[in-house]
Amino acid sequence: MLSLTQLEKRYPNGTLALSGLTLGIEAGEIVAIVGGSGCGKSTLLRLIAGLDQPSRGRITLAGSAIRDPHPDIGVVFQEPRLMPWLTIAANVGFGIRHLPEAERKRRVSEALDRVGLADRGGHWPRELSGGQAQRVALARALVRQPKVLLLDEPFSALDALTRTDLQDHLLALWAYDRPTLILVTHDIEEALVLADRVVVMQPNPGRVRLDLPVPLARPRNRLDGEVLAWKTRLLAELGHASRPLSNDEVFPAVAI
Amino acid sequence: MGGALTTASLASVVPAERGPHRGNGGILLGLILPLGLALGWEILVDLGWADGRLLPTPSTIVATLSDLARNGDLGSHVLATLQRVALGFLFGVTAGTLLGAISGYWTLARRLLDPTLQALRNIPSIAWVPLFILWFGIFETSKVILIAVGVFFPIYLSLGAAILGVDRKLVEVGRVLRFSDREMITRILLPATLPSYIVALRSGLGLGWMFVVAAEFMGAEQGLGFLLVDGQQTGRPAVILASIVAFALLGKVTDSLLATLSARFLRWQDSFKPAE
Repeated sequence: MLSLTQLEKRYPNGTLALSGLTLGIEAGEIVAIVGGSGCGKSTLLRLIAGLDQPSRGRITLAGSAIRDPHPDIGVVFQEPRLMPWLTIAANVGFGIRHLPEAERKRRVSEALDRVGLADRGGHWPRELSGGQAQRVALARALVRQPKVLLLDEPFSALDALTRTDLQDHLLALWAYDRPTLILVTHDIEEALVLADRVVVMQPNPGRVRLDLPVPLARPRNRLDGEVLAWKTRLLAELGHASRPLSNDEVFPAVAI
Repeated sequence: MGGALTTASLASVVPAERGPHRGNGGILLGLILPLGLALGWEILVDLGWADGRLLPTPSTIVATLSDLARNGDLGSHVLATLQRVALGFLFGVTAGTLLGAISGYWTLARRLLDPTLQALRNIPSIAWVPLFILWFGIFETSKVILIAVGVFFPIYLSLGAAILGVDRKLVEVGRVLRFSDREMITRILLPATLPSYIVALRSGLGLGWMFVVAAEFMGAEQGLGFLLVDGQQTGRPAVILASIVAFALLGKVTDSLLATLSARFLRWQDSFKPAE
């Protein structure tokens, strides 16, 4: 459904952030994109979001090319990015102002209910914890009922407990409409708990190193033996990915 | 900007919800010096140790004010001045907001407009007076325009700068939500710049009060500025001081009004709260 063809992104300063990246993503798929810093994973997400344009190649969603933000593509950023001057409810309804008031209210309260913040609609963003604010950001993206939801390290700024809580929560939210989820993360465990497929990227220039289906049953337990085995394997792959081009296989060690 | 600073005191920038903590102690403390000086002068003149002819005592000023109020002069002077400030403020704010928003948002407009406006800003606004009189006549139009020019610049400058300082991350949210240029301005940029915009409105208002005096100096038959000139020409310092007191009160009242009206739009702020 979403297809990326021979994407290249060169920034004005000459940095080649992505090169020759080709990837097809099916509807309803949950894809995790992992890789060390500088491998172009955030750049990739910005291109799909339409916030930046590729220097070469093309991105299509259900056949139509994407060069600007698309109504069917939602984004959750690393920070909640709530408008501090709007109440929580108004923040959630921020992107659906074009809908009739009754419909808007219904969707906002439904979204707030789903993220477990039904009673916080009238509060200010400053009154929320980091995890709650990120849930509002999720609600703001989901209330538009996107076909594709992009998440750029959405839980990386949260503490470990809140993070696992929100990962489970994301899966529950996904189950309602089953949008395509593309999740950029540097957390292997997060990728394994959430994704149907893990795409490992490598830097200089950013490209796909490994495209790996994760055939684990759901719900996945973080301490399950199989999950742990996958984790070890992926960490080894990332060890390669973050190293400059070389074929030596001597130290397949942890490196993030 | 001196006029702006005298009316926009720091204490009134602190949002009203913290008021109760301040208590009356702070206000009383601030009253000691002016009341002490006034009382001292009153006593000195009363005892005959000083001559109150050039600097009339507070009681004389109050008496002059109440005389002016009783025969209806004060009311019509205040009304004339208020009307000029209100009109000038309205026009200045409108133009400053429009041009500030445009030049903050569109780089092309900024490159086109900003150099000229910055150059014009460096002309002391009073220098326009002779030209404005030639162009718009001696009556109301030239006065209102002069005030509007004074109000315009702080608004234009702060809004333009504040828009350029808005967090890129919030703007990106608007881009993802496919906001039009108009929505981007009205729904993200203006609200985000509201705190500095309100400070700009208050400095603009302060300058408006400053410029109305200049405007009324250039030939008016009514207004507090006229009263100043009249007091000087007829050798009545009490009248001058009475109109200065009226200016101070009006400036303070309108500024407090603006601050109070705006406070409810800034409730969302998560800002530094100074300790008592």
